[in-house]
Amino acid sequence: MNISIRDVHFGYDAAQTVLRGIAIEIHRGERVALIGQNGSGKTTLVKHLNGLVRPTRGEVIVGDWNTRAHSVAQMARRVGLVFQNPEEQIFKNRVADEIAFGLANLGLTRDEIAQRVDAVLTRTALTACRDAHPYELLASQRRWVALASILALDTPILILDEPTTGQDAAGLTRLGALVNELTREGKTIIAITHDMDWCAEHFDRVIVLKQGRVLVDGDPHQIFAQTDLLAETFIEPPQITRLGMALGFSETVLTVDEFLQMQKNVSTASSQ
Amino acid sequence: MIHFERVTYTYPHTAHPALRDINLDIDEGSFVAVIGANGAGKSTLCAALAGFIPHHFRGELQGRVIVDGLDTATTPLSELVTRVGLVFQNPFNQLSGAKLTLAEEVAFGLENLGVPREEMFARVNAALDIVGLREFANRSPYALSGGEMQRVALACILVMEPRVLVLDEPTAQLDPIGTRELFHALRALISERRCTVVLVEQKTEWIAAFADRVIALHDGAIVLDGTPRAVLTSARLDEIGIRVPRYTVAARAAREQGLWQRELELPVTFEQAVQGFQTRSGK
Repeated sequence: MNISIRDVHFGYDAAQTVLRGIAIEIHRGERVALIGQNGSGKTTLVKHLNGLVRPTRGEVIVGDWNTRAHSVAQMARRVGLVFQNPEEQIFKNRVADEIAFGLANLGLTRDEIAQRVDAVLTRTALTACRDAHPYELLASQRRWVALASILALDTPILILDEPTTGQDAAGLTRLGALVNELTREGKTIIAITHDMDWCAEHFDRVIVLKQGRVLVDGDPHQIFAQTDLLAETFIEPPQITRLGMALGFSETVLTVDEFLQMQKNVSTASSQ
Repeated sequence: MIHFERVTYTYPHTAHPALRDINLDIDEGSFVAVIGANGAGKSTLCAALAGFIPHHFRGELQGRVIVDGLDTATTPLSELVTRVGLVFQNPFNQLSGAKLTLAEEVAFGLENLGVPREEMFARVNAALDIVGLREFANRSPYALSGGEMQRVALACILVMEPRVLVLDEPTAQLDPIGTRELFHALRALISERRCTVVLVEQKTEWIAAFADRVIALHDGAIVLDGTPRAVLTSARLDEIGIRVPRYTVAARAAREQGLWQRELELPVTFEQAVQGFQTRSGK
């Protein structure tokens, strides 16, 4: 299912324009990272994809549905959006109930709901927290509950708004593995993130927003090589990319493995 | 400035202590980073430092926490807030919800202390300048992005001019420039006001570049305590689930493959990594 964002403009009020003509095509199965400064319009843009916000000008088409012609409840069957702050999303008193809530709204049977809740709890390592009150959990776990409740809906498109916030090493690894798994299942993943290292390691396409416009859009190797352009919106490339640049590597490296390979090449060349 | 003496704390209705036998001394004017996996006790340590334990969270507290000469258990919170300020992990939990503009929100704490109007204006403006939000002073706190709201939460504490500043993952939703500015602002507070800063943070590459000392918590206990380079290059961090700077990861892997000189200390900052790898390649 493709997403077509066509010349989208939006302002919360007349005085405050947030999006100023965004045009992006996203294809099924893409892993897209959306980056940019605080206030650049990232969250506002993704809220357009499930119809929570509708453009003041332009169109958003998901599959063959225009968000103007469909309710948020309808759009939610295609686009799952995990909010930046889980507190905005969670309202049930028990983790398993929170996850089941959306499923009940989809009209699933009790057995189907139970099965999906179990599967999602396992997938997000929350099985032990099944009966806990979400507000008794650590903030990082609460974030996983919010993600689990959207994941359970099994939408073809999944949007994660700053999912790495507050995650430790294990959480980040688990989150990266989940993004990879979901992509293999054919889902489209869009994530907003400020974690450039995580972004470089898990996404095939990076879109940089600046003041409500797309500054640049492409393969992370190309994007993170453009330091001057990124500096316009105060983004620094990932740590490993910057290290490679400082050492004069001829190619942009995004991961530790790519770095080691290049360093090996440099080392071999200099010893010959 | 800060003294923890055999502090063990258990939350109500739980059996396992969240802090276990913490002994800790922090000097005035130092910048201490606290790291640990999720659930290691970092936020609990912050709550104990700011007096939220035992005043707000009941549970069972053993030992003593002394901040700026005051025992947090016997000093009322109204007095503690003038000495130690805690910036919450989630800015939504910190804002009053009762104010219509950002400037009013930042002034809220001062109003409660009865600070004169003129002084209040000056302090609010100064705090908004530090977090770079002066131009938004008249905007609603709820018409801001997540990262901007996190800066408001910080301004609400800075305005109180506490001698000890405790920050629980204050950069979680900040963009890279916001993160850099915050670290510089904290350094400036230390040099200009002799503030003492205790910062919980997952972004170890920033800690490596700015903190004087790093404390690693695991299962409620202090397991490592030392300079950023000593702590962040410890092999123990992998076991306890802490993400170290990519520079350190790359150099450690390079060392295994003979691409980093064995006798060289592993790097934790960009500069150390560049220098180390250039040494190897003979530049």
